[in-house]
Amino acid sequence: MKRRDFLKSTAVFVAGASVSLSALELVDPKEVLASRPELRWGFLVDTHKCVGCGMCVKACKLENDIPYDANVTRTWVERYAMMKNGEVIKDSPKGARDGFTSKLVDQGEAGTRLLRDKDIAQAFFVPKLCNHCTLPACVQVCPVGATYKTADGVVLVDRKWCIGCGYCIMGCPYGVRFFHPVVHTADKCTFCYHRISKGGNTACAQACPFGARTIGNLRDPNDPVAKAVLNERVGILRAEYGTKPNVYYIGLNKEVH
Amino acid sequence: MVEQVAHMMVHGEAWTVKELFVLPNEYVYWSIQIVLYPYMTGLVAGAFVLSSLYHVFGVEKLKEIARFALVFSFALLPVAMMPLLLHLQQPFRGIHVMMTPHFTSAISAFGIVFMTYACIVGSEIWFVYRQFIVESINRLEKKERRGIENMLLPIYKVVSLGARDLSPEALKADHKAVKFLAGLGIPVACFLHGYAGFIFGSVKANALWMTPLMPVIFIMSAVVSGIALCILCYAIFMGLRRWALPRGKTHFLPDHWAGATELTPEGLHSMQDYETKMTSKYLLIFMTLAITLELLDIIFRGYTAVRSWDIVREVIYQRDFFKIFVLQYGFGNALPFIMLLLPGLTTRRACVACVLVLFGVLMMRWNVVIGGQAFSLTFDGFMEYHLPIIPYDMETFKEGLGGALLVAVTPFVIFYFINMIFPAFITDDKAH
Ligand code: SF4
Ligand code: SF4
Repeated sequence: MKRRDFLKSTAVFVAGASVSLSALELVDPKEVLASRPELRWGFLVDTHKCVGCGMCVKACKLENDIPYDANVTRTWVERYAMMKNGEVIKDSPKGARDGFTSKLVDQGEAGTRLLRDKDIAQAFFVPKLCNHCTLPACVQVCPVGATYKTADGVVLVDRKWCIGCGYCIMGCPYGVRFFHPVVHTADKCTFCYHRISKGGNTACAQACPFGARTIGNLRDPNDPVAKAVLNERVGILRAEYGTKPNVYYIGLNKEVH
Repeated sequence: MVEQVAHMMVHGEAWTVKELFVLPNEYVYWSIQIVLYPYMTGLVAGAFVLSSLYHVFGVEKLKEIARFALVFSFALLPVAMMPLLLHLQQPFRGIHVMMTPHFTSAISAFGIVFMTYACIVGSEIWFVYRQFIVESINRLEKKERRGIENMLLPIYKVVSLGARDLSPEALKADHKAVKFLAGLGIPVACFLHGYAGFIFGSVKANALWMTPLMPVIFIMSAVVSGIALCILCYAIFMGLRRWALPRGKTHFLPDHWAGATELTPEGLHSMQDYETKMTSKYLLIFMTLAITLELLDIIFRGYTAVRSWDIVREVIYQRDFFKIFVLQYGFGNALPFIMLLLPGLTTRRACVACVLVLFGVLMMRWNVVIGGQAFSLTFDGFMEYHLPIIPYDMETFKEGLGGALLVAVTPFVIFYFINMIFPAFITDDKAH
């Protein structure tokens, strides 16, 4: 073969191969099946409305079979007390399952600490749950694909496939994951997928007497959550990790992250 | 409905003590077994690199210890897997990693990297020992076999895979293959271990782990620990052999029944001294590299002082000060470094230094793995890990002192048996 012919046929081959390869790329069936352009679940927390009663935590534990007394929880409420001297005190005893009923702050091994009203500049509550991130770190690190993202944007764990390595627990920047004490696989909030996909509400949102929590479809312009995300000044947690959370907060401030 | 128990321990609760503001689901999830996992792979990789120094670069001085290091590395290999399995909440599903590897995860390729590496080490040993195996078959077939020799013959026959050609060309080919495999093995060993470093270094949620230096630091400390372990074990096993020789305890001298007759206590002694001292030099080089990198990491963190530095600093300079600066850097690095540098190095001093080095590297793994979980994601609280000493259930055994000792002892048991088939201390030129 002459050199020129060789080059020519090589060029033809490379061009042909890349065309067919790109065609494969175009019709990646997973992509086609996975996208649900009309539905993406999102969550809105209005911290102004939360009073720290812990109803959501209770409801979640009962709804999702997380042993009531086990010290893990799919959702929890944090209390922030900003003192006049600039100190910020935070706690979440038992994930606030029993609500915040006193001014005793739980500091683990360091004991409890009683806050005096006159020292407090402001105090508020922040409910937390899985952010069902758009770029979830937990899905990225799962070695067997047991943690996965559904087409409508909910991150789930396959209890039958999880090997219990805990990498996702380490990988999640929000600390929402834990090992289920009975099933012994990774566990976390599912946005009550079993309920919302049948048109229901999440257990926590339903249990909240003050409407601090709302689940909604971010792709539906008439959805209250989508509207709030669009029209109000909402924030997300720990944006620096680049996971692009889908839980939005009204009334965040710099102490919360 | 899940049954409701009065109080149900969750994974990690048994050994985690929380202080100040820690999220409800945060525990020390990665405990002692995950400390041992990089430690063990590090030993495997390090031992292999040591053996390759001779095979690839022809560092003749390391010849004797190189063969031992290779066999020992093989014995350590299955043990690198053990901590991972012991740590899984669903150990029987471990195989899923091979069935549905999810390649965005740093752990997913572990099976593949590990298997590749195992194949390389396995085949290298085979080529190194092929001549020896064939000669042993020939010898054992001819003579009257006693006891263990009856078992050895069929094993050798299987291991030889029927390749019994001992012509000079065949042996030359063996040599070539060994050289090639040893060469290939170095990057793969470094990869195997650098990869363990990547598993930690890539966790962006963890302020202490996330650094691109992690894999390199891991490789260096791996080589350090591997070499130290080889020096130590070589010296100990040689000592054991010196003890066994006059007493006729041939169980410790498998090469004895392999036909190596010219063993004398004096010969063993001088060999032991020589190899230990030579290898110590290499240990020093790698130690310098390892320490430099680790210090660079700390300095860089302090200098850039990003948001997490406040809490990381408190962990490094206050809470873990003793573990990091006294145990790891003091006893594990500085002291053995000086011991190895001082003139007139004796085997005994080298051994003590190696014990310290091994301890230092273990502490380094500890300080990385446990230290990385010593503070909360909120940066407002701390977690302390208490190693379960007396187990009261499976979990506290697996992830406690018991499990750790199990992992530590296993390679020696395996080595004892492998050494019978592939005598690591054989000295004549039957093996490369
Ligand atoms: S919050 Fe954590 S567990 Fe939830 S999707 Fe994001 S990374 Fe995953
Ligand atoms: S614990 Fe389970 S879900 Fe989490 S990374 Fe491991 S296998 Fe995946």
